Amino acid sequence: MRYQTDRSRVHGLGSAKTGTAHFWEQRISAIALVILTPLFVFPLAYNLGGSFDEVREAYAHPLNAIVAIAFIVTAMLHLYQGLQVVIEDYAGGRWELFLLIATRLMCSLFALTGVFAILKIAFTA
Amino acid sequence: MAQFKLPKNSTIRTGKTWPKPEGATNLRKFQIYRWNPDDGENPRVDTYFVDMDSCGPMVLDALIKIKTDIDPTLTFRRSCREGICGSCAMNIDGQNTLACIFGMDEIKGDVKIYPLPHMEVVKDLIPDLTHFYAQHASIMPWLETKTNKPAKEWKQSIEDRKKLDGLYECVMCASCSTSCPSYWWNSDRYLGPAALLHAYRWIIDSRDEATGERLDELEDPFKLYRCHTIMNCAKTCPKGLNPAKAIGEIKKMMVERTL
Repeated sequence: MRYQTDRSRVHGLGSAKTGTAHFWEQRISAIALVILTPLFVFPLAYNLGGSFDEVREAYAHPLNAIVAIAFIVTAMLHLYQGLQVVIEDYAGGRWELFLLIATRLMCSLFALTGVFAILKIAFTA
Repeated sequence: MAQFKLPKNSTIRTGKTWPKPEGATNLRKFQIYRWNPDDGENPRVDTYFVDMDSCGPMVLDALIKIKTDIDPTLTFRRSCREGICGSCAMNIDGQNTLACIFGMDEIKGDVKIYPLPHMEVVKDLIPDLTHFYAQHASIMPWLETKTNKPAKEWKQSIEDRKKLDGLYECVMCASCSTSCPSYWWNSDRYLGPAALLHAYRWIIDSRDEATGERLDELEDPFKLYRCHTIMNCAKTCPKGLNPAKAIGEIKKMMVERTL
């Protein structure tokens, strides 16, 4: 039994004075992905099953490489923002903290790996 | 935090079937949630039969008839019986609504009545709305001004007054908030559709001088941004209001002041 008033319980730790940036970025990254996804998928599908040289040649083109990097970074950012909301919704306490950190590390790792792979292909002579 | 199973002491059991009224030909079956905090028993669903030939058309009419003629221990809130006080909000036929303005002709088959979902129950169909009311109080549901009071009244144009339509009609029955999954899982921090609709009602009031402070208070991942536009609130509102739209408008203002 805690002797806390209802108003104090509602007020809690007060407003975090944040949230709009996350909300806005999530929408911007969603719009960006609508444009970037087909631009990323079509060259990828076109080169699927091709030899290493063919793929290397395709991604040596700055447009393809930049689009692919932009797609991977934006997709991973959007993925993290989405998962963050789900975790905040359904998990609490230490689980929430653990899952948020793990998800952030995982998405960062995926983004870095993807960017490294594209750069490696693009810059292999 | 999400909770997908009822605690053991909240699982619902089959209750008593009350005898059918004698001589009645037009009977309707009611299944009503019962829970008494004093007997230490689990909640149960009791079955009643009501003679529709001598009963009014609304669900509340039937509840009052059951309480008067069959079982005086059946407990529920009611007052105005015309959808203006918001007391008789409950879950009828799977939908949160006001018993007094929900016609029984809208329900197919048996009438199933439960208290508002995911709230602590005080008794039978009465949920504990203490936290819900405190959330409403927290958004400062009154006119905040800094300018000296005018001699007569704060003036408002007809156009500005029109902006409050679709907002001021809310009777705080809690149907919307208790239909919202985000409110179920995070009502300790998420203010819920009803409180946010009221917050917006004061944010866009042309006479109010605390718009910035009001937005500051709502700028929080939980207080406001737990709304994921699920729209259960707009679907269930017995007054036909759209809290989801009001919340969307608040979010737009939040973005607007950062750009």
